Amino acid sequence: MPHRFHHMLGIEPLSAEQITFLLDESKPFQEIQRHALKKLATLRGKTVALAFFEPSTRTRISFATAASRLGADTMNLQAESSSLKKGESLLDTVRTLDAMKPDCIVMRHSASGAAAFVAERLEIPVINAGDGTHEHPTQGLLDALTIRDRKGTLDGWNVTILGDILHSRVARSNLHLLGKFGCRFTLCGPAMWLPRELESLAPAGSSIRRVASIEEALESADVIIVLRVQQERMHEPALPLGEYVLLYQLTPERLRLARPETLVLHPGPMIRGLEIDPAVADGPQSCVLEQVTNGLAVRMALLFELLGAQATEPAAEPPTVHKDVADAAH
Amino acid sequence: MRVVEKSQLMSATEIDRTLQRLAHEIVEKSGGTKNLALIGIRRRGVPLAQRIAKAMRGIDGVDVPVGTLDITLYRDDLSKVAAHPVLQSSEISFPVDDKDLILVDDVLYTGRTVRAAMNGLFDLGRPARIRLCVLIDRGHRELPIEASFVGRSVQTSDTEIIECRLSEVDHEERVMLVERVS
Repeated sequence: MPHRFHHMLGIEPLSAEQITFLLDESKPFQEIQRHALKKLATLRGKTVALAFFEPSTRTRISFATAASRLGADTMNLQAESSSLKKGESLLDTVRTLDAMKPDCIVMRHSASGAAAFVAERLEIPVINAGDGTHEHPTQGLLDALTIRDRKGTLDGWNVTILGDILHSRVARSNLHLLGKFGCRFTLCGPAMWLPRELESLAPAGSSIRRVASIEEALESADVIIVLRVQQERMHEPALPLGEYVLLYQLTPERLRLARPETLVLHPGPMIRGLEIDPAVADGPQSCVLEQVTNGLAVRMALLFELLGAQATEPAAEPPTVHKDVADAAH
Repeated sequence: MRVVEKSQLMSATEIDRTLQRLAHEIVEKSGGTKNLALIGIRRRGVPLAQRIAKAMRGIDGVDVPVGTLDITLYRDDLSKVAAHPVLQSSEISFPVDDKDLILVDDVLYTGRTVRAAMNGLFDLGRPARIRLCVLIDRGHRELPIEASFVGRSVQTSDTEIIECRLSEVDHEERVMLVERVS
């Protein structure tokens, strides 16, 4: 049963089967990272436009490496670029890129819905690398791949998300994705960052609860996703960093309230000593480096899906034996 | 695409006898099996490679490792519109450097699959030698590629297709010559 994707704008519209398909497709690309020679010619001659209107290092490098390891070329637009400073609109910028005939656009933008906006107006596939506070689908996929590899399945885990969930597109993508597999969520952080509306994001079969104390949030957690404290937001309203550390930092002692098999994920970049204790970040339960490697595999799989994959052995129907031909053959 | 069966080329028994013979040939022409390894090209090359390795074990207890190679990422025809590819992992659990490799596939036709397979192997390392073993060579090469070990050579036309059915993949066991009908 073929799964065809034209864009990748978010996790929310995908089915569990489609997600499983993408995770399965990522496995050969995980394996390629272990080869001596990591360069393929699969997407040779294709161009991937990287349009990052918000600063990004890790995601941009990950997509660029994914494209280049598949043999594709990249076009690189970065936030600091002067045309944006001169006041060019998003649509004009993207149309300018499109006029140079890339085969797809990978986009990050500070406005929620920006990727969909562009996708509606261009013919080529659009991959959302993060739009405002809406979604970051490839992060959701790489987190899921990490969890699935470590735990064998995505079904029915207790997932605790710690930190500034209000402003986190990563948290939303995680909620959409893992919710489709029946995971149950506990959200914990300063009250101002845990809006009640989030509880309605749970699809059938999953559940979301908000909890004030980190101790309560970690008890019986199977997966802990620690979000970065976005220091730009610490003044709305005022929350001293020291207080955040005291109440919400994931320390080894707090981690012990969960289980030895509990996974710790962080989308990065981590601020050691702020939202996460260095001992936890470097400990055996931490998956942060695997997340990065898996991110490369997931993005390669996605680019392969959107740009490379249209053919293999033709799906032959079973041969129909015509009676007269069969008779003649004997 | 509709196809019509024209004739059966090999029965289950004939397939088995041919694989036994190929296993003997490979052992005979390898001057020592110490560095030998079989690489089955997905999909049907894989059970063939496994069966040949098993037959080799029956000859002097020779134990040859078997790897599997998925060539989807190395194909040169990905832009042609047809069914959606099912990308799978390759599994080669031994280092490829300095190994005496035998690529195994069901049908050798244009040679492009084998070219792709060699690209895949060279991504993993530097084999000492690569030879090709196929159940059927149907001619019509588009690249300078040859098989060292051939089950059967069959003359075919462009509208004909050789269909290998192997029990591990297709739940039946035979090789057929079929023809495309419009």
